[in-house]
Amino acid sequence: MKMEGKMAETPTQENDAYEEVSGSSMLIKALAREKVDVIFGYPGGAILPTYDEIYKTGIRHILARHEQGAIHAAEGYARVSGKPGVCVVTSGPGATNVVTGIADAMIDSLPLVVITGQVATSVIGTDAFQEADVVGVTMPITKHNFQVREVSDLPRVIKEAFHIATTGRPGPVLIDLPKDVSVASGIFNYDEEVDLPGYHPTFVPNKLQLKKLQDAVNQAEKPVILAGAGVLHAGGAAELLEYAETQKIPVASTLLGLGAFPGQHELSLGMAGMHGTYTANMALHESDLLISIGARFDDRVTGNLKHFAPTAQIAHIDVDPAEIGKVVETQIPVVGDAREALKGLLEKSESRGDFSAWRKYLHELQTEYPLWYHKDEETIKPQRLIEDIFTATDGEAVVTTDVGQHQMWAAQYYHFNKPNRWVTSGGLGTMGFGFPSAIGAQFAEPETPVVAVIGDAGFQMTAQEMSILQELNLPVKIVLVNNASLGMVRQWQQLFYEERYSNSLFPIQPDFVKMAEAYNIKGEKVEDPSKVKEALQEALAHNGPVLLDVRVTADENVYPMIAPGKGHQEMEGIKP
Amino acid sequence: MKRTITATVTNTSGVMNRITGLFARRNFNIESITVGVTENPDVSRMTFVVNVDNHRGLDQVIKQLNKQVDVLKVRDITDESIVARELALIKVVAAPQHRAEIEAVASPFRASLIDVGRESVTVQVTGDQDKVEAMIDLLKPYGIKELARTGVTAFKRSTKKTTIDHPRYSVIN
Repeated sequence: MKMEGKMAETPTQENDAYEEVSGSSMLIKALAREKVDVIFGYPGGAILPTYDEIYKTGIRHILARHEQGAIHAAEGYARVSGKPGVCVVTSGPGATNVVTGIADAMIDSLPLVVITGQVATSVIGTDAFQEADVVGVTMPITKHNFQVREVSDLPRVIKEAFHIATTGRPGPVLIDLPKDVSVASGIFNYDEEVDLPGYHPTFVPNKLQLKKLQDAVNQAEKPVILAGAGVLHAGGAAELLEYAETQKIPVASTLLGLGAFPGQHELSLGMAGMHGTYTANMALHESDLLISIGARFDDRVTGNLKHFAPTAQIAHIDVDPAEIGKVVETQIPVVGDAREALKGLLEKSESRGDFSAWRKYLHELQTEYPLWYHKDEETIKPQRLIEDIFTATDGEAVVTTDVGQHQMWAAQYYHFNKPNRWVTSGGLGTMGFGFPSAIGAQFAEPETPVVAVIGDAGFQMTAQEMSILQELNLPVKIVLVNNASLGMVRQWQQLFYEERYSNSLFPIQPDFVKMAEAYNIKGEKVEDPSKVKEALQEALAHNGPVLLDVRVTADENVYPMIAPGKGHQEMEGIKP
Repeated sequence: MKRTITATVTNTSGVMNRITGLFARRNFNIESITVGVTENPDVSRMTFVVNVDNHRGLDQVIKQLNKQVDVLKVRDITDESIVARELALIKVVAAPQHRAEIEAVASPFRASLIDVGRESVTVQVTGDQDKVEAMIDLLKPYGIKELARTGVTAFKRSTKKTTIDHPRYSVIN
């Protein structure tokens, strides 16, 4: 694929330090110092000086068609590359349009540096044109935020922003940049060490706590690991695999933790939680030692807390101490980086328990109650569609989704044997996330196939970003799981609201193929179950973007399921 | 249970907003907050009195505060040897013939009359929360027209008081 944006000349320490430059120039220089190779954004009045600098330096900037598209792209980039996603927007509406993405990145711990323009400091607080209190608005949904009042503070603030976003538990950091500050000139000194006396995340875990954990493992009979996204953020997938294999402990995954442990490994139990596998949930329910690694006991994982892991001792490894004990009482807390913790455990793991009876039991459950669906030759089963995508891509693709039924099917049936191949909006459950995040993912991995698995409803929230595909011939493959409804809402209305389908059915839809074609993107409608594989193969082979409008079984539901308020042992819709 | 927590924070704009916003969105129940600059002009000290259901709730308050980049240090000092003081201004209905009586009520509290009007007097009392509450209770029968309290500010004593766990029978300390 072609993606030859002009790269900014990477300034060396000699030629950029201690010269008097404008605030916006400092910003671009700092981005280069932070090795930012792409920024996602949208220009506007208050951020004009920065856009002028982008023009002059030629740093690669991806122009979204709505700020929400830009920030979700930055999120997708961050999730796949592990590097901070950078998003630049203007003040007021530009900034408020990225609020959803910031909240999404906050709850899913994605490192972002968001730069918002702001009106000049002289008029801040006067309800000036395109003024919004963005620092106030984003305070609860950022890891930290800044408003720069003096240009001399700017290099320090940017450096701190990148440091905070990427260390400890990653998260979004926002810099609000008033227009006059970006025009004012000052000395660009980017060599000072970051000095934040109130911010010292624990990286290396306490050895005694690790020993306590390993002792508990040695004494346990039914241990289970719950792997969350923290393993991926820490880059600890290899260590998790080694530890689970040496100890022979079965591993369940959270939704966001998929790929932290190979999905088709014999020790893998699959996803736990509301639409997880029966075996993973029963393993949590019956375990006597639950080791959560980088997972935060989200309510979609635990179900009713009263019934959660009733017989288990809880061990929790998390880089964020506030997560430990927040939801479930924890007997063995370990604060630190997941990878460091696993490395520490590997050093201590010569002795090991015998969990073969436990594994045998779980294996029987897996054989007896696998994920299943009614096979049907008449319609395209959405589950089958995901399996076909898995086969067609050899499991190598980056898969992105929105929230809802298609997300759950993708999580259940695309086995995610590798880390950082799964980009989804987990905590916030954002519609309109999947497609733009696929664009960001493609920038992070230009050579890897990226498949955006999107519902027909969510796609319409950020469909305008097809402009980016058109402009750059970016080979993202959009697969619409089209059931002409807001599927998960429809499912809940069917199950819990006596089939009163309030505003969840979309019998009248745009012609998605024509929509794609309007952006000069190859589009195809797929209705015949026998044509799915072929359509997927053609789409993947095509050197450019493709949209497949796949008409799936309209009233298919996601199962198995833990109904709201129920516990893990009360799953419905397991294989009879 | 009521706990007294102190935090030192960097003296940056919006830091108060960060902390109160945190309490609101995490559903923490605060009784009072005080804030003021410390011996170091770049650092402010905050004192919170919070109501929490259990130790896990308390743990969360402290951890969430600690997570803030602008928060330097957090301590639950409830069970430690501390000096904790609050100031209250109490405007009491007082016809001239009652003034002496009110003064007499205030005097064992080492409270003082700081303003006298035709129909009212204003009493200023300083002390720990129990003492301030006791003063307010005693003045209630006269009719309290206005009441302003600063909330508790506190820090650890230089030397440990050995009698800290013993009940105190006097409201004066």
